Amino acid sequence: MDLNKLTALEAGKMIKNKEISVVDITKAALENIDKTDKNYNCFVTVCHDEAIKKAENIQKGIDDGTFTSPLAGVPMAVKDNMCTKGILTTAGSKILTGFKPFYNSTAVERLENAGAVLLGKLNMDEFAMGSTTETSYYGPTLNPWGENRVPGGSSGGSAVAVATDQTYYSLGSDTGGSIRQPCSFCGITGIKPTYGTVSRYGLLAYASSLDQIGPMGKNVEDVAEVLSIISGHDPKDSTSFNNEPLKFNLENNVKGKRIGIPLDYFGEGLDSDVKNSVLEAAKKFESMGAVVEEFNMSELEYAIPTYYIIACAEASSNLSRYDGVKYGYCTPNFDDLTDLYYKSRSEGFGMEVKRRIMIGAFVLSSGYYDAYYKKALQVKAVIKRAFDNAFEKYDAILSPTAPTTALKMGENLSDPLKMYLGDIYTVSVNLAGIPSMVVPCGFDKQGLPIGLQITGKAFSESTLMNMAYSFQQETDYHLKKPVLKTSKEA
Amino acid sequence: MIIDDKMIDYIGELARLKLKQEEKENAKNEINKIIDYMDVLNTIDTSNIEAMSHAFPVKNVFRKDDVMPSKDRDDILLNAPNKKDGAFKVPKTFE
Repeated sequence: MDLNKLTALEAGKMIKNKEISVVDITKAALENIDKTDKNYNCFVTVCHDEAIKKAENIQKGIDDGTFTSPLAGVPMAVKDNMCTKGILTTAGSKILTGFKPFYNSTAVERLENAGAVLLGKLNMDEFAMGSTTETSYYGPTLNPWGENRVPGGSSGGSAVAVATDQTYYSLGSDTGGSIRQPCSFCGITGIKPTYGTVSRYGLLAYASSLDQIGPMGKNVEDVAEVLSIISGHDPKDSTSFNNEPLKFNLENNVKGKRIGIPLDYFGEGLDSDVKNSVLEAAKKFESMGAVVEEFNMSELEYAIPTYYIIACAEASSNLSRYDGVKYGYCTPNFDDLTDLYYKSRSEGFGMEVKRRIMIGAFVLSSGYYDAYYKKALQVKAVIKRAFDNAFEKYDAILSPTAPTTALKMGENLSDPLKMYLGDIYTVSVNLAGIPSMVVPCGFDKQGLPIGLQITGKAFSESTLMNMAYSFQQETDYHLKKPVLKTSKEA
Repeated sequence: MIIDDKMIDYIGELARLKLKQEEKENAKNEINKIIDYMDVLNTIDTSNIEAMSHAFPVKNVFRKDDVMPSKDRDDILLNAPNKKDGAFKVPKTFE
């Protein structure tokens, strides 16, 4: 049996039944990473020694009844923008060279308290700014489904590590689609929860009003279990909701669920294979007893400019902390303190990050603030209202996740605006703060995966999980695996 | 062209970023294209709409004023590129 191909819950069950030890499953996972990741570059850091040591302790904890989670002992990995105590945390940036936090992010801490074994840190677009995982200082991550295809981004490492069975599940973060779009490109399942569901403490901030951590995995059951562990109030994040951790009782039943199909999401620019697969999925739901209806949502056209103005504005403020003094990269040669700031930042940040910081500085600058930043906050209210109206009629909205399947590497790297336009279906969800889930729903003519986006109103995670679970009971797209390269080709 | 040479230098100053000449030309072009695209927002009337910072109502979060241990100084300095005598070390800032 190939252990690595198990789902997280299957692995957890074997551990619980003492069919395998935590150390053995961890060793198998690490060996698999050593063999596989040369070809995909998912991991910035692999925690070889720490993981084995941790596995030994967790086995003891399982044996003495300390760890009772169904995922206790199951190895996992997290996006490299979440702080991990004593373990390199880079956000895919040169400017965090050598940065080893002295504390864990809350999401990681909660997983560890439930007995998770951290295998390592996953590659990403620098500071989560990108949709291809090509802007990482640590090189691009590769999509296993096609030659020279991007995995999407920014949580590309988190998606490919799951798709290639290098980890049982992973954590990603989603500011404008960074969990959902790589799930779609890599044929895996994931959710961006309602803003404030998972604590952002220890998540390296990109745009604080939009950032949200979420799980990525092989199926809905795994993703639901992980979300139930990491969700719930955290006093260290003032925007985290004062709610209990989520609990899910998954059942295959969508009878009577009202589903809306926003026609504006199916217009110009949408790949025909993607369109057909998503509409097929809607028919599937109909055949399972849901009521599907088309509606208009013309506010879509404002989503991208609104998102990029707000996200860049917040980024320019958040990333001002990287100054070469407190942690990370410091330029070796400088004249005075101001020069040290300029050089450390100019040498430490990549071009896409610089561009977004500068756009942010511009839209916040005196004379342009009202025309851009304030305007975007007003349009955000319009977009939020459009979703509120839609959810008066529908339990969920079905749509594509991205206009295309995985792009060729380099295709959008030289044209930032073109890359931004690819975020059309995902960004408005973050502006409205609502939850949105992605499940595989087909393949295009080239065999590249297509993801169905299921979006609901705030705190409707249970509804989304049940719909996604029901879909996976009736389809097998999530069970398909890419053919992996296991040795480095010259 | 909102972003001219003067403006790109100005926002570089605000952002504490110094671009090389070729980077600057490139940034100018790309940022202009992006800002132009953002101007689509001018086609929507928002005169009666209040700016929304948070998608959900947020209110101040208070906690009890209890004395609790703070972060440890050595921990905070752990990652400092330059440090001296328990403090971050920076170049001389005034004579």
